[in-house]
Amino acid sequence: MADIALNARHDPEAAAATRRYFWNRFFVYAVLTLFAVIYLAPLLVVVFNSLREQSEIARNGLISLPRSFRLDAWAQAWGTYCVSGTCEGMKRNFFNSLWMTIPATVISTLLGAMNGYVLSKWRFKGSETLFNLMLLGVFMPGQISLMPWAFLLGKLGLTNSTYGLVLIHVVQGISFTTLFCRNFYVSIPDDLIKAARIDGAGFWRIFRKIILPLSPPILIVTVIWQFTGIWNEYLFGVVFTSGQQQPITAALVALTAGGTTARAYDVMSAAVLIGALPPLLIYLFGGKYFVRGLTQGAIK
Amino acid sequence: MSALMIRDLHKSYGGLEILAGINLEARTGEFIALVGPSGCGKSTLLAMIAGLETVTSGEIWIGDRLVNSVQPKDRDIAMVFQSYALYPTMTVRQNITFGMESRGVPKAEQAEAVKRVAALLQIEQLLKRKPGQLSGGQRQRVAMGRALVRDPKLFLFDEPLSNLDAKLRVDMRTEIKKLHHRVGKTTVYVTHDQVEAMTLASRIAVMNQGSVQQFDTPKRIYDRPTNMFVAGFMGSPAMNFIPARLTGSTSIAVRAADGSDATLALAAPLPASAPKDVVLGVRPEHIYRFTTDLKSRKPAVESMQAPVELVEPTGAETLAVLRLGDLEITGRFEPDDAPVMGETITLGIDMSRACLFDPTTRALL
Ligand SMILES: Nc1ncnc2c1ncn2[C@@H]1O[C@H](COP(=O)(O)OP(=O)(O)O)[C@@H](O)[C@H]1O
Ligand SMILES: [Mg+2]
Repeated sequence: MADIALNARHDPEAAAATRRYFWNRFFVYAVLTLFAVIYLAPLLVVVFNSLREQSEIARNGLISLPRSFRLDAWAQAWGTYCVSGTCEGMKRNFFNSLWMTIPATVISTLLGAMNGYVLSKWRFKGSETLFNLMLLGVFMPGQISLMPWAFLLGKLGLTNSTYGLVLIHVVQGISFTTLFCRNFYVSIPDDLIKAARIDGAGFWRIFRKIILPLSPPILIVTVIWQFTGIWNEYLFGVVFTSGQQQPITAALVALTAGGTTARAYDVMSAAVLIGALPPLLIYLFGGKYFVRGLTQGAIK
Repeated sequence: MSALMIRDLHKSYGGLEILAGINLEARTGEFIALVGPSGCGKSTLLAMIAGLETVTSGEIWIGDRLVNSVQPKDRDIAMVFQSYALYPTMTVRQNITFGMESRGVPKAEQAEAVKRVAALLQIEQLLKRKPGQLSGGQRQRVAMGRALVRDPKLFLFDEPLSNLDAKLRVDMRTEIKKLHHRVGKTTVYVTHDQVEAMTLASRIAVMNQGSVQQFDTPKRIYDRPTNMFVAGFMGSPAMNFIPARLTGSTSIAVRAADGSDATLALAAPLPASAPKDVVLGVRPEHIYRFTTDLKSRKPAVESMQAPVELVEPTGAETLAVLRLGDLEITGRFEPDDAPVMGETITLGIDMSRACLFDPTTRALL
């Protein structure tokens, strides 16, 4: 009680501290808001343009508040817009991306989990070296492997096919998924594995019954990472596929580069948004698990 | 027949020798404690018995089978870990049945076994919980349950109580002892706590730096430690080591606080080969306040003067730090009869319970 009474009385020092705190906060939020606006403005412009009429865009310029509202551009971008002679919109490319991204994500994540399991719990002579070599892949830019992939896909007969891209993304992604999973599994106590071995469980049973049930936090991280990474990837798509086989990122380039007609900014905007939607949704729904999975260990 | 036999077992990591020729043997139903300071190789030895570590050289026999290259699951053992190692995503029941599932034991039989073990350890009401929802003591019980349900030839415990608080540790110690009486399984129990080893084991192997120093009954280990390491490690407060000089075949001299020599008669003559300088080992409880009555009851008691530097009453007993030459020794007294600080007391040392060591080899004479 005495404390409260003391605090209630006017204390100039405390008041000054409060004021200082307020201005500090004000400054921090002002800066944050400014940067948020800078980052979000392009997105906003694209969203607006996808809803404006092409004629209005032509009249009022690219950056302007919408004075018309139509969803036509979205429908066109999705299904009917013509790119280099075919008038199917982005639909096909969108599904190409999906059929490339989902299997590549699932396979690379599972392989990463298994690699991580072996490299953390079944170490063997040279396993650390192997891990370090795999880490190299994390720092290797994709273009370095363009030539080898061209050669390999040619040999396998997988050029200009989604399967080829799946193969590329699985292999290119293994470094990351292995790194994530291995570092997560290292925090699982070795005693669990020993106990399970005494209990008669072998390599696979331990993986399925003990490691995998502990894995959701890190599997969510790898899935989000792989999904957004593979979906947004564009270099391999452009180089190894063309036309109807292209993933949406590559197709967007074709769309914006098509110089025959006047630029349909409304359709382009809608197409860009369609291409960006899946990663955005993943971010919105999975973002918090991503952070949580990266920061927490296996055993709470 | 011996349930476990270890012959000249060696273990090296790289060039580093961790275990240097271990010999051990456990008779069927026996409770063996491996005790020693942290890092002396106890866990490594246990893991080798379990088959979780490879053997560098030597032999491990379980029953009449050489198990050097037998998989852990086929060694007919069960193990309780210091960390308990409960499977975090499984319920207590699933933790207990996991091993039986792996072995394809029929469901009905599993349920029966869980029931039996849960009743034995009084964990019936915990079966549906996950390890994260259990207290330390409960986890410990579940870990024991997981081991007991197997009905193995050999139980291995690796410091199972060291994560519990002091009170619970004593309770669980008693329970483990009762359990062993009831189940009667051969057990190898690793601990760094000499009290645990003394209270539980039928025989104790005292280890240091990768080798067994002494393997004997608790009483023999306590009364006749083979060397100064064992003597110092077992017992708390530790045995006092007092430098002494032989003055005849049956007497020694030790330096008193005032610099003069006190002569103490030995209870038994030393062999002729004994060195001139020796170390007298006296446990704190074999130091008394000297009286004629004491001398008539314990004829081997020898007396000398010592100032009292410090007194530590613990309730049940009072420890006193006494000065001897430039040495401090600890005596253990009845609280009613305890010395007071500053007093110079006439000590009675029970020479029939004392040990003499060679200061160079540190071995018992
Ligand atoms: N995998 C290993 N590689 C190298 N040294 C090890 C390994 N495991 C244990 N050691 C070493 O072996 C010694 C004995 O360890 P341990 O058996 O765990 O001792 P304790 O259980 O008696 O405390 C320690 O010095 C430890 O550092
Ligand atoms: Mg240990």
